[in-house]
Amino acid sequence: MPELERHSFDVLVIGAGGAGLRAAIEAREHGMRTAVLCKSLFGKAHTVMAEGGIAAAMGNVNSNDSWQVHFRDTMRGGKFLNNWRMAELHAKEAPDRVWELETYGALFDRTKDGRISQRNFGGHEYPRLAHVGDRTGLELIRSLQQKVVSLQQDDYAETGDYESRLKVFQEFTVTDLVLDDGKVAGAFGYWRESGRFVLFEAPAVVLATGGIGKSFKVTSNSWEYTGDGHALALRAGASLINMEFVQFHPTGMVWPPSVKGILVTESVRGDGGVLRNSDGKRFMFDYIPEVFKDKYADNEAEADRWYADPEHNRRPPELLPRDEVARAINSEVKAGRGSEHGGVFLDVSTRLPAEEITRRLPSMHHQFKELADVDITAQPMEVGPTCHYVMGGVQVDPDTGASSVPGLFAAGEVSGGMHGSNRLGGNSLSDLLVFGRRAGAGASDYVSGLSARPVCSDSAVTEAERVAVAPFSGSDGGGENPYTLHMELQQAMNDLVGIIRKADEMDQAIKRLDELKRRAATLVVEGHRQFNPGWHLALDLRNMLVVSECVARAALMRTESRGGHTRDDYPQMEADWRRKLLVCRLSGPDGSVEVVEEPQIPIRSDLLALFEHGELQKYLTADELEG
Amino acid sequence: MGYQGHFRVWRGSDQGGGLEDFTVEVNEGEVVLDVIHRLQATQTPDLAVRWNCKAGKCGSCSAEINGKPRLLCMTRMSVFAEDETVTVTPMRTFPVIRDLVTDVSYNYEKAREIPSFKPPAGVAPGEYRMQQVDVERSQEFRKCIECFLCNNTCHVIRDHEENKESFAGPRFLMRVAELEMHPLDEADRVPEAQSSHGLGLCNITKCCTDVCPEHIKITDNALIPMKERVADRRYDPVVWLGNKLFRRN
Repeated sequence: MPELERHSFDVLVIGAGGAGLRAAIEAREHGMRTAVLCKSLFGKAHTVMAEGGIAAAMGNVNSNDSWQVHFRDTMRGGKFLNNWRMAELHAKEAPDRVWELETYGALFDRTKDGRISQRNFGGHEYPRLAHVGDRTGLELIRSLQQKVVSLQQDDYAETGDYESRLKVFQEFTVTDLVLDDGKVAGAFGYWRESGRFVLFEAPAVVLATGGIGKSFKVTSNSWEYTGDGHALALRAGASLINMEFVQFHPTGMVWPPSVKGILVTESVRGDGGVLRNSDGKRFMFDYIPEVFKDKYADNEAEADRWYADPEHNRRPPELLPRDEVARAINSEVKAGRGSEHGGVFLDVSTRLPAEEITRRLPSMHHQFKELADVDITAQPMEVGPTCHYVMGGVQVDPDTGASSVPGLFAAGEVSGGMHGSNRLGGNSLSDLLVFGRRAGAGASDYVSGLSARPVCSDSAVTEAERVAVAPFSGSDGGGENPYTLHMELQQAMNDLVGIIRKADEMDQAIKRLDELKRRAATLVVEGHRQFNPGWHLALDLRNMLVVSECVARAALMRTESRGGHTRDDYPQMEADWRRKLLVCRLSGPDGSVEVVEEPQIPIRSDLLALFEHGELQKYLTADELEG
Repeated sequence: MGYQGHFRVWRGSDQGGGLEDFTVEVNEGEVVLDVIHRLQATQTPDLAVRWNCKAGKCGSCSAEINGKPRLLCMTRMSVFAEDETVTVTPMRTFPVIRDLVTDVSYNYEKAREIPSFKPPAGVAPGEYRMQQVDVERSQEFRKCIECFLCNNTCHVIRDHEENKESFAGPRFLMRVAELEMHPLDEADRVPEAQSSHGLGLCNITKCCTDVCPEHIKITDNALIPMKERVADRRYDPVVWLGNKLFRRN
C-alpha cells in the first residue's frame, strides 16, 4: 500500500456549501490554517439549488419588519419546537450576514431606492427574502467562493502561496473522524479521483455536510446529500436531535419521471401563483389549520387583494408554511382530485403577464421549458411534494456550534434545533451564514484554547482504512450491488417513513432497515479505486442507513403530528410533546441507534413575551403558561 | 415509450482509451444523464461521470454529445431519433482523468488570477445603494453556473495548449467584465484584461455564447464591451495624446 498522504491544519471544514464556506472564511479570519473538504467541485454544493432567497429582517420593503417579527415567524413555522436561542441569534444576525455578502461582491435585486429588494414567502409576515431572481443560492455560493479566492489572493501577496492559510480539497470524501481520547484529532478520507487515502490531522472539525434527502426516492436533493455529517457525528459519539422532522417541499416537479422531485421554488406562490386541483378549485382555502386562521384569507377575493394591500387583508393560504401545503396537496391527490401524473396544478400563467413571469422566475421558466416542454407563462405546472430538507441534526451549542464531542462543530442543515419541526423557506440560507460564521469562530476559539494537540493513532487510521476498502473484498457469498440496495432503501423510506406516517409502517421500515444493514455488510464493488462511483455509493450507503434508522425510530416514538412529522394514527399536535426532544445516539459495540426523550430548555421569558397569550395557548401546556 | 437506444461512450484515462458501444433502455422524458446513470447501475458500475444537481443549476455534468459541448442533464433524449447512435465524450480542452471526467483545474487557476471585487472605501455594509438597471448588467454574467463549456469550446485554447497560460477564457474574461460593470467596484480592470488575461486573443466568433446553457450573451455583452473599453484607452488619439502629455501610464 502506498504511503498515506497526510496534512495538518488547525480547522477542517467538511462541506463547501454556504455554511462550510462561511465557517472557513471565519476560521481563516481568526488566523487559523483552514482546510475545506468537499465531495464535489468547489462551487457546486447543493446551496446552488436554493432559489427563493435569504430571509433577513432588513425592513427594506416593509419597515415594520424587525428581528422580533422574524423570530416569531420562525417559531410559529417550527411549531415552537425550535431551539429558541438559535432562532433568536438567527433573526438578529441575518441582516448583517446579508449585508456582508455585498462586501464580497454579491449583487441582489434592488428596491426603487437602491437597497436590497425583499420578497414575500410562506410563513413570513413581511416581504423578507433578499433575492436574485430565482437563483439566490447560486449568488450566495458564488459570493462566498469568490471571497475565499480573495482571501487566498491576500495570502498569495503575503506568502507567495495561495493556499498557505486556506485550502480547498475538492472531490474529496471523508469516511471517518479520528478521535483521541474522545476528542477530535482529525479526519480520514479519500480522493474521489484517485481513491488514494488521506489523513488530515486537526484538532477541530466543522461539519457542514447538508442533509439526508438521498435516502428518499422522490427528493430535490443531489447525490451529495447522504447524511455524511450526521453519521460522522453519531460515530464520533455526538447526538442528533429532531430527526423525525423531514420537510417535504410542497412543490416538486412530478413529470417527466426522470426529473421527479426537482424543486419548483416557493417564489412562484410568493409572486402570485396559486394551487388548483383537477376540478380547477383553489383548494388551499380548505386546509387552513386552526392555529393560523387569523392570519390567512378564507376567500379568494381577500387573498388576491393581499398582494397589493397586505396591511388590510390576510395572506393567501398558498403561503402557509410548507408542511401544511405539502399535506394539503397529498390529501387532494389521495382524494382523486390530482393531475394526470399524480400532482396538482400550480398556475402563475393566469396571474402575471408573461414578461413579468420570465423576469421574476427565469430559472423556473427555463427548467420547465427544457425538461418538461411546459411553458409556465401559458400553462400550469404539475407539482407534488418532494423530500427537501431535514430539520434534525447534530445537537449543538447555539452560540458556538459545538457538539458534545470536544473539537466537533456543526452548522447549517447538518445541525439540529434552529428550525424546530418545520423550516420556513428562506430561513435556510440565512441559517447557513449566521451559524456558519458562529461555528467557524467557535472552532477557532476552541483551537486557540488548547494546550496540546490530540494525536491520530496508527490503529485508528488502520481501522478507517479497513472499513473504506471492505467493499472490494466483501465477495464471500451474497455480493450485493450498491445501486440495488440504494434503490430499496429509497423505496422503503419513501413508502414507509414518508410524508404521512403510521406505526405499523414504521415498524416495517425498521425491520427493512435491519435487513438492508445486514445485506450492506456483503456489498461488492467492481473495478478499482480510481473515480469509482460504485465504491463511492457503497461507502455513502453506510451513512444513509444509520441516518435513516434515526429518522424511522424517532418518528415511531413521537406520537403526535407536528411540522414535518405527520402521524395518521396521531393526527393532533400535543403540547406535552413540545417539551420533549428525541435524541439519537449510537450505543453498544454493534453501533445500533438508540433514541431517548430529553426535556427541551424552556423558552426565555422575554422571548415568550413577544407573543400574545392567546397564541401561546395553542402551543404551550397549562403548566408552562402559568410558570 | 421505452426503447433500446444505441450509445457510444468514451472510456479510458490519461493513458488513453476509446469509444465503447452500449445498448441501453431509454424511457420517455429522460435526459442523457439518466441513460448514463442506467449504464452505471446495470452494465458499467465504474463508469466515471461528474454530476450533481441534475437540474442545470450546478454546471458539473459538462461533456460533448455528438461532438457538441452540452450539459448531460439538460440534453433530452427526445432530440435524438430512436435509431440514432448517441456519442458521449469528455470535454476536449481539459485533460481526461477517467471516462467522462476531466481535470478542470485550469479554470480554478484562472479564477484566482482575476483580482477580486474591490469594495467601495468608506461605505459601510448595509449602506450599499445601487439601481436595478445598473446591477442587471453584471447580474447577467453572475448567472454563470461555471460549467466551463465556454472555455471548452473556445478555439483559442481548444486545440492550442500553448495559449492556456496567457488566456483566461471566456468564462473569466466575462468575470473581468462583470467586475468592471459592477456599480460599486473600485478597481480599474481594463488594462489587465488585455495585458494579463488575454482579451486580445478573442476574435469574437461567439462559439462561447452558442454553447452557454444559461444563454448568457458572453460575446456581445461582456467581451465586446471590454474590447471597446480597451480600444478606447489604447487607440483613442485624444487619450493617447493626453497620456503622452501628462505622462500617465
